[in-house]
Amino acid sequence: MTETLARLEGVSRTYQKGKERVEVLHQLDLTIPKGDFIAIMGPSGSGKTTLLNLLGGLDRPTAGSVRVGDAELSKMSNSQLSSWRSTNVGFIFQFYNLLPVLTAQKNVELPLLLTRFGGSERARRAKIALDIVGLGDRARHYPRELSGGQEQRVAIARAIVSDPPLLLCDEPTGDLDRETADEILKLLQILNREHDKTIVMVTHDAQAADYAQRTLHCDKGTLKQREVA
Amino acid sequence: MKYFGLVWKNVWRKKVRTSLTILSVLVAFLLFALLSAIGYAFRAGADVADAERLVVIEKISLINPLPIAYKNRIAATEGVAGVTHASWFGGYYQDPRNQFGQFPTDPYEYFALYPELDIPPEQLEAFAKNRTGAVIGREIADRFGIKVGDRIPLISTIWPNADGGNNWEFDIEGIFSTSDPRGSSAYMLMNYDYFEENRLYGKGTVGWYVLRIEPGADAVAVANAIDMQFANSPSETDTSTEAAFAQSFAKQFGNIQLIVTLILGAVFFTLLLVAGNTMSQSVRERISELAVLKTLGFSDGSVLGIVLTESITIMLIGGLLGLGLGWLLVQVAASAIGAFLPGIYLPGSSAMTALAIMIGAGIAAGIFPALKAMRLTIVDALARA
Ligand SMILES: Nc1ncnc2c1ncn2[C@@H]1O[C@H](COP(=O)(O)OP(=O)(O)OP(=O)(O)O)[C@@H](O)[C@H]1O
Ligand SMILES: [Mg+2]
Repeated sequence: MTETLARLEGVSRTYQKGKERVEVLHQLDLTIPKGDFIAIMGPSGSGKTTLLNLLGGLDRPTAGSVRVGDAELSKMSNSQLSSWRSTNVGFIFQFYNLLPVLTAQKNVELPLLLTRFGGSERARRAKIALDIVGLGDRARHYPRELSGGQEQRVAIARAIVSDPPLLLCDEPTGDLDRETADEILKLLQILNREHDKTIVMVTHDAQAADYAQRTLHCDKGTLKQREVA
Repeated sequence: MKYFGLVWKNVWRKKVRTSLTILSVLVAFLLFALLSAIGYAFRAGADVADAERLVVIEKISLINPLPIAYKNRIAATEGVAGVTHASWFGGYYQDPRNQFGQFPTDPYEYFALYPELDIPPEQLEAFAKNRTGAVIGREIADRFGIKVGDRIPLISTIWPNADGGNNWEFDIEGIFSTSDPRGSSAYMLMNYDYFEENRLYGKGTVGWYVLRIEPGADAVAVANAIDMQFANSPSETDTSTEAAFAQSFAKQFGNIQLIVTLILGAVFFTLLLVAGNTMSQSVRERISELAVLKTLGFSDGSVLGIVLTESITIMLIGGLLGLGLGWLLVQVAASAIGAFLPGIYLPGSSAMTALAIMIGAGIAAGIFPALKAMRLTIVDALARA
């Protein structure tokens, strides 16, 4: 049996919209073993991003428990979550979300500012991360000097630089053409297979989901599982 | 301070906007420096003034001369410890722009009355012994590169000499200085005897008298006694303490301090609006970037700190540049008009005040945007992006 990295039990998340209460997630259960690569698909508004936010400690459930590693995220304060995120989870967004004023290298170094590493150690580690994503030669470029695919690689380097076990990707290829998307997905696959990253990826693209080990369908606040390959 | 690289990059995110903001900060602190120096000069006149020194001038106008014959009568007045006199020579050196104070006087008496002036005794003696001798203040020596032993010409705009020309020559026998940083040494002293003998008119007069009262004597009583002696004579006198003299001089310029305060208040209020606007724009246009920092694990406090440091950095850049420029201009002004407004000087206390204002204004301009950045919830901010 493989070790469990994350377990969601009876997770509900409701939002108050004016007078109306909207239950986005309803009594959701999910177990994610170490080394998993999950694709989550589902219609817009079905709660995929909400689920990722809960897994990444950006948000807390209205009810239920979210356990990642040894941490019970539903019981942690904002500042506890904040420092937990810095070492335990890497985020990859659809629009890359790099800081435009920083070079690729400095963007990747950002999470390391929260560690005790000195300047040269931060630079060394960022360089390694950039090499892993194949952008070692673009370290001094600014985001505006990079293509979308390259920007996403830098964002991936930033997500892995502090070596978190879990990567959360919200439509990471949503803004890329087919070919570039496939390169990014292959990169994620390599990170999953060779670097032991557990990955949860939200996508609208069935071809993208094929890169994952399994695909879950999010609908009406719950997840339906369907094994792939 | 490892976030400073990030802060610095964000400061320059919009170069034009930041430059303009820095420029307005610069102008505000330049103004602060200049107005402080001027305000200080006026106060310094009164501060440097010696309460035991009285100045006797002609009652109607400072410009009117007083008879030299008054000297012995002033000296004989009860409570007077010592007296000397000086006159306005009104000359320039080489070029009409090179004006500074030159006062024909009695060497020994003058230095006895101004103990704050330092001069080597042998130089003072050489000055007193040489009829065409003169001594200059350190500031004048430095400004014109004049050395002891030089013979320098002065063109007097007031006094033709015995040859009918306005060209006078003096041997520089010494250089004096003042230990008080607010005092001035931007003037020259020459022998009254030589001046008196060679001027074509005005003989038998001096510009004003300076006297020292005996310790414990009542300055007001002594002043009144002197003025009483010369009441109803063709040259009535007006005697006041040096401090009062300096203050009445300053009052001609109105309530400088109030004007300075009002102007600076308006300038800094505007500055806060400008800088505050820059900071809130800067935060508004990168909500998602700030949310990303938080996502990566930057705490609320460090996000607050980053934005505040940006604001303070902008203030410090502009403020220090403005203060530096102001200091430079004050140096230039001191050498150009130091003779007329001695003690123009940017005091360290003003620089410290300015520094405190920079940091305070940085916090004031940045605090609301910083709080907004701090309170940002990641999920909302990212959803909006
Ligand atoms: N902060 C919020 N306040 C109120 N309602 C919210 C909030 N965040 C999300 N919702 C609602 O929750 C529902 C699910 O949102 P979520 O972003 O998780 O959907 P999604 O599956 O990621 O959709 P998409 O595919 O469009 O990204 C939506 O109806 C949305 O309006
Ligand atoms: Mg979504």
